[in-house]
Amino acid sequence: MNLHVDMEHHRHVLIVRLSGELDHHTADSVRLQLDEAIQRRQTEHLVLSLKDLEFMDSSGLGVILGRYKFIKQKGGKMAVCDVKPQVYRLLEMSGLFKIMPIYENEGTALSGLEVVS
Amino acid sequence: MSEGKSQHNFMTLQFAAKSENESFARVAVAAFISQLDPTMDELSDLKTVVSEAVTNCIIHGYDSNPEGIVKIEASIDGDIITLCIEDDGRGIEDLEMAKQPLYTSKPELERSGMGFTIMENFMDEFEVVSQPGSGTSIKMKKRIESKKALYN
Ligand SMILES: Nc1ncnc2c1ncn2[C@@H]1O[C@H](COP(=O)(O)OP(=O)(O)OP(=O)(O)O)[C@@H](O)[C@H]1O
Ligand SMILES: [Mg+2]
Repeated sequence: MNLHVDMEHHRHVLIVRLSGELDHHTADSVRLQLDEAIQRRQTEHLVLSLKDLEFMDSSGLGVILGRYKFIKQKGGKMAVCDVKPQVYRLLEMSGLFKIMPIYENEGTALSGLEVVS
Repeated sequence: MSEGKSQHNFMTLQFAAKSENESFARVAVAAFISQLDPTMDELSDLKTVVSEAVTNCIIHGYDSNPEGIVKIEASIDGDIITLCIEDDGRGIEDLEMAKQPLYTSKPELERSGMGFTIMENFMDEFEVVSQPGSGTSIKMKKRIESKKALYN
């Protein structure tokens, strides 16, 4: 499969690094892996780190919005960071930055979430 | 023969309505378009709209039935690329509603309802023709700027 998920916990924050292509074909597995990780560990906040995400379409928007609803319903916050221009345009067009912040890298995302939490 | 500005070229593709063919469709169209020497941005816009249209054929047109067939026709006329992506699936009852940003008929599949909006934004021209019960066809055009700059 042309998409790789790498996860790391920083206290109550789950950092998810996606690399490859997030489309309809790869979305289901990403969704399952994230929901499992969010439920299994005591995840409060979620950071999506997209430095190596080469491609994303509306299927990816669906995955991001779905996780946002899940995290928010549990009282947490979500952020994205390190976004490539193609993915940035898509996120901007969909109005995503009205509901979650974007940071330059994982470090600034982590401190940003800690400040608001 | 020498390259000409008004040169016409085309290709057609047909493939099974399977999600694993989505990346194939993006790459095939991108490879065909590369002869126009597009910028990275133009190439990623085109890959995105191909992905949107093909995914719609699979999910909505054929309700994920892999027996369906998705067709793509791409043509080049000078610096204009035309894409026609179609299915012979269920069709769209209410086109105006379907084109609204955030409208989706499949919220249970976590669709965001942004596909048509993305196609409209990324392309210069965008047109949907649909017949309930017999299929949907999306026709889109985009001028590739990089080639235009080359002619100057
Ligand atoms: N090829 C098609 N055949 C039948 N119905 C379609 C087709 N393409 C789109 N539709 C209808 O139009 C609606 C809007 O399509 P659009 O791509 O904008 O959103 P979506 O596919 O539901 O969500 P997203 O693209 O964000 O994942 C769909 O929900 C569906 O009802
Ligand atoms: Mg769609």
